[in-house]
Amino acid sequence: MKVRVQYFALFREQTGCESETVDWPGGTAAELFEMMAGKHPALRTQAAALLAINDEMCAWETPLNEGDEVLFFPPVAGG
Amino acid sequence: MKFSVSHTAIDVAAAKQAVADVHCGALAVFEGWIRDHNEGQQVERLEYEVYRPLAEKEGAKIVDEALARFAVRHALCIHREGLLELGDCAVIVCVSAAHRDAAFDACRYIIDQTKTRLPIWKKEHYVSGISEWVNCEHCAAAGHSHAEQ
Repeated sequence: MKVRVQYFALFREQTGCESETVDWPGGTAAELFEMMAGKHPALRTQAAALLAINDEMCAWETPLNEGDEVLFFPPVAGG
Repeated sequence: MKFSVSHTAIDVAAAKQAVADVHCGALAVFEGWIRDHNEGQQVERLEYEVYRPLAEKEGAKIVDEALARFAVRHALCIHREGLLELGDCAVIVCVSAAHRDAAFDACRYIIDQTKTRLPIWKKEHYVSGISEWVNCEHCAAAGHSHAEQ
């Protein structure tokens, strides 16, 4: 299946891209993150703080569907 | 608007006026300012990146939670994005209530949740010329990995 991945702030700088379309066999968001960390080793230096799928905050064990927009947020620091 | 993101300076007087109510005897306000130091580094300026679609949605949820949990009548939060200079107001929370205890509690709840739940990141630019993304206090203190939760 194909999913769209977006990176923000530190993750965008570590991967050198804002977003990419990924072809993968399917699974959870955590598994997708692991796969992307394999492609972009810098991601391993800092675990993702938060995750959103189609603009909804989600748990890491959430299974992904074809066409999902997956947003990986590095540790947040508002305020 | 219960929660909003602003690209320009926050109008503190207008924010307070927005929660004014003659039924309220208490107004609690928290302002977060840009300070000149962090973890031993001299800060020159600061940059906020906000993923607006989700920050606005989650931020409104946080304010709604505060309104439901505490005996308060009105609450709002405004967060800045973009480049900020020392002394600038980065975030404001205003809560009005009949009595002060609930106003303080709700104000604290909103700023604490805002710091840990919203897709907002800050990059500190130091006097030394280096710049760095800052981890949230909670993550840094706990030293934990959200990805493993």
